[in-house]
Amino acid sequence: MADTLTPEAPIYQTDALIASDIDAYLDTHQHKTMLRFITCGSVDDGKSTLIGRLLYDSKMIFEDQLAALEADSKRVGTQGQEIDFALLVDGLAAEREQGITIDVAYRFFATEKRKFIVADTPGHEQYTRNMVTGASTADLAVILIDARKGVLVQTRRHSYLAHLIGIRNIVLAVNKMDLVDYDQAVYDGIVKDYAEFARSIGITDFTAMPISGFKGDNITGSSANTPWYKGPSLIEHLETVEVDTERLSARPFRMGVQWVNRPNLDFRGFSGLIGSGVIRPGDAVRVLPSGKTSTVKSIVTYDGDLEQAVAGQSVTLTMADEIDCSRGDVITIADAPTEVADQFESTIVWMDEAEMLPGRPYLMKIGTSTVTATITEPKYEVCVNTLVHQAAKTLALNGIGVCNISTDRAIPFEAYADNPDLGGFILIDRMTNRTVAAGMIHFALRRSQNIHWQATDITREHHAAMKNQTACVLWLTGLSGAGKSTIANIVEKKLAASGRHTFLLDGDNVRHGLNKDLGFTDADRVENIRRVGEVAKLMTDAGLIVITAFISPFRAEREMVRSMMQPGEFIEVHIDTPLAEAEKRDVKGLYKKARSGQLKNFTGIDSPYEAPENPEIRIDTAAMSAEDAADAIIAQLNAGWAYTI
Amino acid sequence: MSLTHLQRLEAESIHIMREVVAEAERPVMLYSVGKDSAVMLHLAKKAFYPSPPPFPLLHVDTTWKFRAMYDLRDKAAADAGMELLVYQNPEAKEKGINPFDHGSLHTDMWKTEGLKQALDLHGFDAAFGGARRDEEKSRAKERVFSFRSANHRWDPKNQRPELWRLYNARKAKGESMRVFPISNWTELDIWQYIHLENIEIVPLYFSAPRPTVERDGLLLMVDDDRFRLKDGEVPVERSIRFRTLGCYPLTGAVESEATTLPQVIQEMLLTTTSERQGRAIDHDQAASMEKKKQEGYF
Repeated sequence: MADTLTPEAPIYQTDALIASDIDAYLDTHQHKTMLRFITCGSVDDGKSTLIGRLLYDSKMIFEDQLAALEADSKRVGTQGQEIDFALLVDGLAAEREQGITIDVAYRFFATEKRKFIVADTPGHEQYTRNMVTGASTADLAVILIDARKGVLVQTRRHSYLAHLIGIRNIVLAVNKMDLVDYDQAVYDGIVKDYAEFARSIGITDFTAMPISGFKGDNITGSSANTPWYKGPSLIEHLETVEVDTERLSARPFRMGVQWVNRPNLDFRGFSGLIGSGVIRPGDAVRVLPSGKTSTVKSIVTYDGDLEQAVAGQSVTLTMADEIDCSRGDVITIADAPTEVADQFESTIVWMDEAEMLPGRPYLMKIGTSTVTATITEPKYEVCVNTLVHQAAKTLALNGIGVCNISTDRAIPFEAYADNPDLGGFILIDRMTNRTVAAGMIHFALRRSQNIHWQATDITREHHAAMKNQTACVLWLTGLSGAGKSTIANIVEKKLAASGRHTFLLDGDNVRHGLNKDLGFTDADRVENIRRVGEVAKLMTDAGLIVITAFISPFRAEREMVRSMMQPGEFIEVHIDTPLAEAEKRDVKGLYKKARSGQLKNFTGIDSPYEAPENPEIRIDTAAMSAEDAADAIIAQLNAGWAYTI
Repeated sequence: MSLTHLQRLEAESIHIMREVVAEAERPVMLYSVGKDSAVMLHLAKKAFYPSPPPFPLLHVDTTWKFRAMYDLRDKAAADAGMELLVYQNPEAKEKGINPFDHGSLHTDMWKTEGLKQALDLHGFDAAFGGARRDEEKSRAKERVFSFRSANHRWDPKNQRPELWRLYNARKAKGESMRVFPISNWTELDIWQYIHLENIEIVPLYFSAPRPTVERDGLLLMVDDDRFRLKDGEVPVERSIRFRTLGCYPLTGAVESEATTLPQVIQEMLLTTTSERQGRAIDHDQAASMEKKKQEGYF
C-alpha cells in the first residue's frame, strides 16, 4: 500500500521551494486560479475514494487526521486493513453509521497552478436535488464509471443532470482500471458506448481517461500501467480547462444591484457582483427594468478606484446622474441591455417533500430580486433514468419538468444557457420559507411581450361612485359546515335591503360552472381559489361588494387573493367553528362520508385547514346565531372600514 | 483577464455579506479576535466601503482569552469604526466557571450558552461567523446560510439547498441564521490573504520566547497569574507560537522560530498536523463538533 501513497509527480506544493524560498512560493500561490468541480458517481464507483486520494496526494491530510483515518479504517472501513480513503470524506455522524453520504459536501485542495473546490454529492434517493445543487456552482463534472460495469443508468442520469445545469466540461473517468487488468479494450468499449449516449443528449464534447482512484493510476501523472493511454492525467486536465468566469467576461456587462451604498449625502453607490462582461468609467449603462440610462462615474473599492472591473468581481459603481436604482435592479451596458418580461418557459427541478402546486404563488429569487411567481402544470416531466418525456400534473421531490412561470412584475433576465446569473432562480415557499425548487429560464413567452394593459375610460372608481359605495370583498373562510354560506346569504340580504349592490360567490355554486373541471386535490383547490379571486377582482372593478363563501383552506391562496386587491379592499372573515362542532352538525353528511373513506381530501379530515392568523373579522359560531353573525360582520364594516354602508 | 483564486474568494465573501445586510433585519459579526475573524472583518470593510460595516461586532468573551487578544480586539473595532459588544455569561461569571475546574462545562457555559444569551439579548437575527469548511468534517456539509431554530439548534438533516449565488435568507419569527462568508477558504488561503493584504493579527501567531508548561501533551502558555501550576510544575521559557487562538489554558502552542508571516506560512505548509490539533475541544469524542453545533456551539 505504502508505495501507491506517494504522489507520482511533483505537481503539488513543492516542499523544496517552500523550504528554500518561501517568498517565491507565495508569489506563485498568489497567482493561482480556481476551478470548482463536481464528482458524480454512486458509492460503488469509488467516488469518495477518488476524492480522498486527491486530498491525500495534495497533502490536505495531516498526520493527526491520518492517524484517525487509520483507526477508522480498521473499525468501519470497507478495505480490510488498508486505508479507506472514503472515510475521509464521509462527514456527518449519522451518515457514517449508515455507510452512505446523504448531502452535498465541499472539499478543498490545491496544486501548483490551481485551487480546487470539489462538490461531493451522494448517489441515493435525494440524488437529483443534491447533484443539481452541487453542480450549480461547478465549472466541470467528473462522471465516474466502474470499468467492470460500464455505462449504467446512473451514468446517464449524472450526465443528463450535468448537462441540464449547463456544465460544459465533462470528464469521463473510467475508474477501477486495476480491477480489469488495465485492459484497453474494456476502456475503449466504455468510451464508445458513452460517446453514443452523450451525443443523444446533446453533450458534444467530453474528455475520457482510464484511472484507478484506489491505486492512483493517471491521477497526478501518466501511469505505467496504461501505456496505451496518451491523454492527460486527471489533475493535468483539471489544471488547464477554461473556467466559466473567463467565458462570462466576454459577454455584455450585467450587474445585479445588491445594496445601495449611501454613507452620506455626497456619495451614492450601487454595490453588486458583476455577473458578466467588463465595465469601465465612462461606459454608458442602462438600469433595468426602468430603462433609465446614465454613465459610470467610478468603480469604487476599498483598494482604490478601478480602471476596469470584470465578471466575478464585487464592486461599487457610482453614476454621473442622480438615477433611480435599488436592490433587485440590474445595471447593464446601455447598447446591449437584457430583455424584460413577466412570463417564461423554464425547467423546474423540484426539491421539497411537499409537491409543486401549480397556481400557488411562490417567492422567486433571481439575481438580487425577489418577486412572486406562479407555475403552470408541467408541459412534461423528464424521467431522469430513461430521459423519456412524460405527462404530469405536478412535480414531486426530485422531479424535473418544463413549465411556464409568470411573475407579478416584469424582471430583467437572460436565458440560463447564456448567463446563469440572470437565468437561474430558486422558488421559496411563502409559509415554510423552504427552498422548494431550482429553475432555469429558457426564454420569455411571446405573449408576455405582446399582451398589454388596455386603458379604459370608465375607471373602477367611476363604477363604484355610480353605485354610491366602495367596492370590497368579504372573504368568508372556514371548515365545511361552519356556516359560511348561511351567514353569507344573510349578509347579502341585509346589504341589499339597505340599497347596496352586491354579489355572492358561493363555493358549491361556482363548482357547478366556472370550476366544474376541478376536483379536490391540493393543486385543484389552489386553482379553484385563484379563479374565484380573479372573478372577485373583476367584480370589485365593477364597483360591487363581493361576498365569497369558500373553505379556502390554504393561507397562501388567501394571501394571493388579498394581494390582487387594492389595499384595504380584502376583508378576511374567519367563520370559526371547531372541527368537532362542524362534524356534529354535518349538514350535508360529508364528514360521515369522509370518515368512512368514501370522500378523499376532505378539509379537516385528511386535508389540512390553515386558519387565518390575523383575520379582519372573526366570528365565533359557538357564541352566536347566524343572524347575529351577519349583524356583527355588517357592524364591523360600518365601524372599521372607513366608509358606512 | 482571469481572476486569481483569492480574488474570487474575496468577491464571493463580499457578495455573501451584502446579501445578509440587504435581507436580514439585525445582523451582527461574531468576532473572536483570531486570524479568521481578522480576515472576515477585513472583508467586511471592503464589502461596504466607503460606508463602515453596517453592523456591530460581538465578542462572546470567556474572560480566559490571551491578554494580547483583548488588546487587538479593542483596537480593531475602533479602526473599523464599528461598535464592539462584549458579552460575558453572568451565570458563568457568578459560578466562577473556569477551564481548570470545569472541563467541557467551561466551553458550554461561556461560549455556547453565552452566544445564545447574547443573540437573544440583542435580538440579532443573523450572525456572521468565521468558520471554514476545510476545518472539520461536519463543517464541510454546512451551508453558507445556516438556520437555527428559536432555541438555536441546528438540524443537519434539514438544510436548505444552496444553488448558484442565490441564498434564501427568509426565516420565521424567532429563528435566526448563522452565516459563514469564508466557508470556501482554506487555512492556506487565510494566511496568504493576511500576507497580501497586510492584515493585523494577534502577535501570538508569531514566535517569541514565552513562559510555558507542558501538560497532557499540550504546550500551554502561562499568560497570567490565574494559571494554576501543579506541584512541581515550573514555567519554562520556550520559543513558541499559536496556530489557533482560544482560551489560553486550553490552547496548545507549537515550538517554532517563525517570527514573520512568510515563515509562519512556511512552517504551516511543511507541518504534518492539522490546525485543530491544538484544540482540546475537538478531541472529546468522535463527531464532537457536530454534536456541539447541534446544541448551538458556533
